[in-house]
Amino acid sequence: MRLSVRHRSTYRFAAPMRAVVQSHRLTPSSFEGQRVLDWRVEVEDAVFGAELTDGAGNHIRTMFMLGPVEELMVDVTGQVETADLSGVLRGHREQVPPLAYLRTTRATRSDLALTELAESAGGATPLDRAHSLAAAVSDAIRYEPGRTHEATTAAEALEAGVGVCQDHAHALIATAVIAGLPARYVTGYLLTGGGLRASGQSQSLGGMTQSQDAGGQRQEGRAAPEEQDDGEATVLAAGEASHAWAELWVEGLGWVGFDVSNRCCPDERYIRLGSGFDAADAAPIRGMAQGIGEETLDVRVAVEQVQQ
Amino acid sequence: MDEGSAQPRYFNEMFEGDGVRAPYAALDGWSREMPPELRGMKQSEAEALFRRIGITFAVYGEGGDPDRLIPFDMFPRVFAADEWLRLERGIKQRARALNAFLVDVYKRGEIVRAGRIPAKLVYCNEAFEAAVVGFRPPRGVYSHVVGIDLVRTGPDEFFVLEDNCRTPSGVSYMLENREIMMRMFPQLFRENRIAPVENYPTLLRRTLASVAPIKCDAEPTVVILTPGHFNSAYYEHSFLADMMGVELVEGTDLFVEGDFVWMRTTQGPKKVDVIYRRLDDAFIDPLCFRPDSMLGVPGLMNVYRSGGVTICSAPGAGVADDKAIYTFVPEMIRFYLGEEPILRNVPTWQCAKADDRQYVLEHLPELVVKEVHGSGGYGMLVGPKADKATIESFAHLIRERPENYIAQPTLALSTCPTFVDEGIAPRHVDLRPYCLVGETVELVPGGLTRVALKEGSLVVNSSQGGGVKDTWVMAD
Repeated sequence: MRLSVRHRSTYRFAAPMRAVVQSHRLTPSSFEGQRVLDWRVEVEDAVFGAELTDGAGNHIRTMFMLGPVEELMVDVTGQVETADLSGVLRGHREQVPPLAYLRTTRATRSDLALTELAESAGGATPLDRAHSLAAAVSDAIRYEPGRTHEATTAAEALEAGVGVCQDHAHALIATAVIAGLPARYVTGYLLTGGGLRASGQSQSLGGMTQSQDAGGQRQEGRAAPEEQDDGEATVLAAGEASHAWAELWVEGLGWVGFDVSNRCCPDERYIRLGSGFDAADAAPIRGMAQGIGEETLDVRVAVEQVQQ
Repeated sequence: MDEGSAQPRYFNEMFEGDGVRAPYAALDGWSREMPPELRGMKQSEAEALFRRIGITFAVYGEGGDPDRLIPFDMFPRVFAADEWLRLERGIKQRARALNAFLVDVYKRGEIVRAGRIPAKLVYCNEAFEAAVVGFRPPRGVYSHVVGIDLVRTGPDEFFVLEDNCRTPSGVSYMLENREIMMRMFPQLFRENRIAPVENYPTLLRRTLASVAPIKCDAEPTVVILTPGHFNSAYYEHSFLADMMGVELVEGTDLFVEGDFVWMRTTQGPKKVDVIYRRLDDAFIDPLCFRPDSMLGVPGLMNVYRSGGVTICSAPGAGVADDKAIYTFVPEMIRFYLGEEPILRNVPTWQCAKADDRQYVLEHLPELVVKEVHGSGGYGMLVGPKADKATIESFAHLIRERPENYIAQPTLALSTCPTFVDEGIAPRHVDLRPYCLVGETVELVPGGLTRVALKEGSLVVNSSQGGGVKDTWVMAD
């Protein structure tokens, strides 16, 4: 399937910033399940540099913008040819040993309830266990946008019993690690329609930006309330086509994706962007702004099938 | 591994029966002939000098009162040239093997594939940095300053207590102790051939310049990155910057633009090639590690991994100096260098292993128990010095979290004569030499000797009543 992506992140600063630095993981890699045909990340007036592919296969590029910065627009456009590999990440170039993904972070730390959930999952083989864990998390955490936030942990989401794709991915990682399966967080795009659920959380692809004033104090950048753009039907509101899921290491198969929110494995409707230990680590945009003042972020994503 | 639990006989580095060991010959007359009043005067002079210099930080980042002066003992600790030669070979061998290990585990992991070190110990280790997998730092060096903590138990017996591959501190003490001794007792240095240590800053600067990144095509600009003046080792950071003639910077003095890291100067931005950082991995770049860190440089890790700047020590170096990995250093030496280890490891029991744990629990009164990630002599049990209740509480802790503890035999640390209230008495000592790894591997003849000032104490940490001494290596 050929998919086209348009993804715009607009940062607006209440007071002009002296400079903004961002680390972008906004370029997908090619593997058997996806071939990148064309891809562009553009920011007007920015200096790009320090580009690399890390050991996990993420393409990373650094952006610098000298102030005064009042508005910053990161534009991603591209086309990817995808194939359905039932979630198996075949032919992906990476070097990080799977065992390195047996660790947890603040977001994926276990507690008693997560441990019990992990132990409730059956499965004779690692693959069965992975499926069983994904189903257990899906049953335990109902999909419901707006009830959790950027910093919600897996344990908190499980306690609340509700969450979005970020919470589902965190909870699956937490339970998989308890069960001894290496697991990681994956960001990407999803062709919605046909009842599929995507993120519904603007920050899932917006990333994190922090402001810092001269005295070293800081403020968390907060995402603005979503604005509905009724005029343009193809452009979805914040994050609806941006998505996140988890990958579990299954001996013999390698990394296999599990989308708890949609109770499936990624197929040809998914574009995989990059991975990390959790949402914060895998964030497609991580940034730091120099200056004092409020920041708002608006994210628009559109994924469409290209007819050939 | 049974070292025997009889009352140990401590090796005295100066006296052998009624005689004086050769390297200490000159100090025998000096210490005997020193009138008590002169000693008192010199001691207060030394203290005044240390205060004036401002060197009051806690050694090895142990915390504690940052304004407290660490006691300086004027009685030097001495090594003969041939003793040092063997130590030097052993230390350099270890520093090479530790770096070879780091290059390996962030690339193909041959030592793990060969089954010589358990994969989980390396890859599940908190200090294993996934963000640098696949990246090879310039000249394949991760740890540019390796601090190796050594103790001596006999004329030819040296044991490595632990390796410090990140940013070992304390080298300013080595230099200041010498400086102050030379000022107070110039005659001693005229009459004896004591190998100099004062070229350490020059060697450090040369080491750092030798690992400049590929994209650096001119004389490299080296800086020291400090967390700031509130850090307990800030004095050392500014001291080393001064001695090397390089800028001391904080995170906010640097910024990333394009492919490089720049330093703000009055003449405009200046490109920085090598950063000797004195802050932990977690804090050096909020865009890669802890997002709440205000001490680092946003984007630094991207510049580093694309070859625009060198970070010393390299992020991820900590996986080599973990106390659980320590057990395998002799194996690294055999595996990477094809040599037999010159310096011995202290036999170590891993409480995570059932057999080891049982042995440890049955022999607690004889053993030293340490936390795997602990430092500074805290959270540590010295069995022979502990009362029953303390031993009981440690047994409980070990059963609770076995993977958090290792145990070692109580070593009979050598003693060195030390000035005490009653005159001169033997006190236990250890040693931290600072090995420099860049284009070449260098070691200045000396190091930091720490001394347990309390009678009978085996704990040399400054937070537990330890002091420091000048360390001499005789030039033949």
